[in-house]
Amino acid sequence: MSSAFVALFLREMRIASRVGGSASMGVAFFLCLVAITPFAVGPDPKLLARIGPAILWLSALLATLLGLDRLFQADAEEGSLDQLHLASLPLELAVVAKCAAHWVSAELPLVLAAPFLGLMLDQEAGALLAVTTSLLVGSPALTLIGAMGAAATVSVRRGGLLMALLVLPLAIPVLIFGVSAAGAATAADASLVAPFAILAALALAALALCPFAAAALLRQV
Amino acid sequence: METSQDPRQKPLAFSPLVVEALCVERGRRLVLENVGFTLESGESLRVIGRNGAGKSTLLRALAGLLPLRSGRIRLGAAGDDASVGTHYLAHADGLRGVLTALENLQFWAAMLSDPGGAGELSPLEALARVDLAPLADAPVGLLSAGQKRRIALARLFVASRPLWLLDEPLTALDSRARDQFAQAMRAHCESGGILVAATHEPLGCFEATRTLDLDAGGRA
Repeated sequence: MSSAFVALFLREMRIASRVGGSASMGVAFFLCLVAITPFAVGPDPKLLARIGPAILWLSALLATLLGLDRLFQADAEEGSLDQLHLASLPLELAVVAKCAAHWVSAELPLVLAAPFLGLMLDQEAGALLAVTTSLLVGSPALTLIGAMGAAATVSVRRGGLLMALLVLPLAIPVLIFGVSAAGAATAADASLVAPFAILAALALAALALCPFAAAALLRQV
Repeated sequence: METSQDPRQKPLAFSPLVVEALCVERGRRLVLENVGFTLESGESLRVIGRNGAGKSTLLRALAGLLPLRSGRIRLGAAGDDASVGTHYLAHADGLRGVLTALENLQFWAAMLSDPGGAGELSPLEALARVDLAPLADAPVGLLSAGQKRRIALARLFVASRPLWLLDEPLTALDSRARDQFAQAMRAHCESGGILVAATHEPLGCFEATRTLDLDAGGRA
């Protein structure tokens, strides 16, 4: 069973590298969102420094959704999803393997780009570290929650918008604690541990629950 | 994440396939009504019927991919997980265009085969068996429909599973490939496998032991 898990993970990574663009498109979208923010709120460095973590988190969330809607759709169209139902690997673990590969190929580049984009928002070194770490901890939760939306809209053509509507409300807790974890580093009196602990707990809860929900949705197709 | 004890270590012995009073709905329309048959080890069933008679629906239901309205499908003894004993060949080939033929097959071998499964071919041997060994390193997206079909058929050989559900297996195949696959179907039944094929055309030199006509009531 573990060899099947690894085989699925490696297949997804191989497809991502062959097709290309999944990482660079996400990062480019991330960059665009961050770059247009100063045009909207005005070029006040103090204001940007204060709302920077929130902008980075919002942009990362939207960039995540951009890439996730095709997570199961290609498999459904080509018939691979039917075969995954019959595989010796339980569908729940297949969802985890696909999410893991998606996280490495599409989310990790966003996390790595975050400190550079943070410079554009006048973030201090400590804030850069905090926002990057909070994205590193919280982004697996975004991927897993998004996988539920992708599974629910797998048979909907152009289901990307519908998926965003389904997923965004569920991502609110991650957003709240992600931003507060990132912001706690700059505020003098706030505790750094509590928001990080809750963010990590959300990621682990997503890992425990979302694969079951996504697999159950895929079985309905 | 890994369960320590795999419950499927015992040798696969999935027979008979028992279908009782099967009713399946698609979009609120009752497509299959009271379909019933029993297939013992080594038996094969050819499902015929006009377009829309429910051939593909029957095969998807047998594969466990559709909810049943009523009735029962049982493969092997009670409590066996039927999905790991089933090969399902659908209209869609289940191949990713950007991967090579060999990569696709290696992936499905890892996903579908059971540890210690006897009589399984390696992905390269399976490709050779469908005459595609020279194209092992070609991306599937560049191959023709018939060649893709042959790779999908090769998937049946890389994992040894007792029940074959074949939906129009000969689509896009040339006459030579048809004969070869007919032999493979015969070999599968001779080795104790069960086969259900939905098809409009005769299965070449393979003669199914039974026929189910979905237009004339659901009895084999």
